[in-house]
Amino acid sequence: MKTVVIGVIGADVHAVGNKIIDYVLKEHGFNVVNIGVLSSQEDFINAAIETDADAIMVSSLYGHGEMDCRYFREKCEESGIGNIKLYVGGNIVVGKHEFKEVEKRFKKMGFDRAYPPGTKIDAAVNDLKEDLGL
Amino acid sequence: MEAFLLVDFGSTYTKLTAVNLEEEYIIGTSKAPTTVKTNVLDGYDKALSRLYQDHPEIDHISGISACSSAAGGLKMAAIGLVEELTVEAAKRACLGAGAIVKQVYSHHLTKREVKELKESDTDIVLLAGGTNGGNKECIIHNAKRLKEAEVPFPIIVAGNKDANDEIEEIFEGTSIEYYIVDNVMPQLKKLNVDEAKHIIRKIFIDKIIEAKGIKRAEERIGEIIMPTPEAVLLAAELLSNGYEDIEGFGELMVIDIGGATTDVHTIGEGYPKRTEVLLKGLQEPFAKRTVEGDLGMRFSANALLNLVSNYNFKKYFEVDDQCNHDIDKSLNRRSQDVDFIPHTKDEEEFDKAIAKICADVSMSRHVGHVEVVHTPLGDMYYQTGKDLTDLRYVIGTGGVLIYNQDAKKILQQVNKKSDKALELRPTNPSILIDKSYILAAMGLLSQKYPRTALKMMKQYLL
Ligand code: B12
Repeated sequence: MKTVVIGVIGADVHAVGNKIIDYVLKEHGFNVVNIGVLSSQEDFINAAIETDADAIMVSSLYGHGEMDCRYFREKCEESGIGNIKLYVGGNIVVGKHEFKEVEKRFKKMGFDRAYPPGTKIDAAVNDLKEDLGL
Repeated sequence: MEAFLLVDFGSTYTKLTAVNLEEEYIIGTSKAPTTVKTNVLDGYDKALSRLYQDHPEIDHISGISACSSAAGGLKMAAIGLVEELTVEAAKRACLGAGAIVKQVYSHHLTKREVKELKESDTDIVLLAGGTNGGNKECIIHNAKRLKEAEVPFPIIVAGNKDANDEIEEIFEGTSIEYYIVDNVMPQLKKLNVDEAKHIIRKIFIDKIIEAKGIKRAEERIGEIIMPTPEAVLLAAELLSNGYEDIEGFGELMVIDIGGATTDVHTIGEGYPKRTEVLLKGLQEPFAKRTVEGDLGMRFSANALLNLVSNYNFKKYFEVDDQCNHDIDKSLNRRSQDVDFIPHTKDEEEFDKAIAKICADVSMSRHVGHVEVVHTPLGDMYYQTGKDLTDLRYVIGTGGVLIYNQDAKKILQQVNKKSDKALELRPTNPSILIDKSYILAAMGLLSQKYPRTALKMMKQYLL
């Protein structure tokens, strides 16, 4: 069974989407480690190490995702899990932006996938299965 | 008269407490220096004859129960993966079982670390790492390292259960004595230390007592059932929870300032008291014990100036203290002569200041704290550790506090402080002293006679 760490990053308290993601991933047979809202990069990384996770799925709803996600990949590398799959989604930036631009920036930051607002989690599940060779 | 006898083979003294079970009072206590180097029974006999001398009314001992912290107590090494997670869980299991944790290792053990461990005076190793279904590579690596080095201590394996078969194969047929128990952190941040604690106690009874030369005592007194600090923790738990219809004290703290360490025990959930505060970090044990190896009255006195500056040290002297203290010299003297007993007013006042620092700093480390995080959306509050603001009782025990006139004043140091506003310290607790020095004895007694133990604690803590 593949393990995915999920949570909402930074000072973000939007809890509803997180519960849905938890539910949907479990339905698809993933072992879900949910660290909940208000999680720091370190919380995600520590959880991923102890649980030997295959992917980390970061949610950011309140618009400060870019700031909160900076150096995430570097910290994974520093912690010995540099190869872990990193996804991010929700409402990751404030205001109207061309999402292609946003996506590019997150990919440059080392995220494997970044999703625009309103993306159904099912879309990400398919990507995840593909990325993990399921 | 019939007496039930509780024995504590302490590091310096062998202490006896004789209880009248029927009428639920303490007949008397006695003590004599612990004699592990020669024959541990010598000290016991001396203490016993003193007890008989002082209390000729005792004509029959109906039963004996004993604990021990002699010969350095129970020393453990804790190994885990991530420092804040399984390493911390492993440490808490050890501390909760009454051990002193000297060696702590995270991630992959290096050869150098294993060598250091092997050369240390560890009694038991607790090997954790990984949640169930989580990382097993690390704990397996560490098991191999421990095997290669032929580590001579019993190893308790309490990590990712998926790794257990392989670990068993690694240790099987070797000289390594190992025990496989439940994971101390089966799921992320879930603490599960009961089985580990249980096996620690069992190994302590079966093996460690013997290795430390205390086994001989069992010829006469029956099994030594636990390390002394565990007895204290059990007493505190009983006193907090109550028993059947007898009410307990609720959330409470027991603090013991010793020559080498300061132990703090708290009983209670310690959840956030305010709704806007969010709890972070590993689950806290309901009965939590921390041991500070750099906070003590004698052995570690010299280390105090690493923690408190000379300038701040002075703040711990009483306002009306007229003495002219030479801080460096006074600390040095105490760490050099660990049997030092204060005689002059000056020396007493200085000891009091040390004790206050031990209480204050150990509290800072034990208690939970809130962290204000300034976010784009304003301030948010995170709590790590226990919120003890509503804690009702602080109980002082141990030689330093129970013989000190000003023990209550010393213990006020654990209270809320304006310069430590983010620490969730008790606001206005009642302070009690274990004047008759019976807590460990009551913890022992509670194993068979919880009701009596509880009633007597309520009566004897003043
Ligand atoms: C309810 C709500 C709140 C509640 C949250 C209660 C709670 N504890 O959950 C409260 C009132 C506390 C709140 C506060 C704020 N909110 Co609000 N909130 C909402 C609201 C109305 C609904 C959120 C929700 O629950 N949706 C339902 C769930 C199921 O959807 P979801 O959260 O979007 O999650 C789904 C998807 O996003 C996706 N997804 C999420 N993560 C990921 C990750 C990956 C990898 C993938 C693939 C998909 C994915 O899948 C999820 C499940 O389907 C939204 C507007 C909206 N309609 O979305 C605003 C909204 C999210 N909030 C917003 C804002 C600005 C705030 C505040 C900053 C307001 C303020 N100034 O105080 C604060 C921030 C507080 C904080 N520290 O986080 C903005 C964010 C703007 C932006 N990002 O550009 C929104 C979009 C409203 C808006 N249009 O302005 N909010």
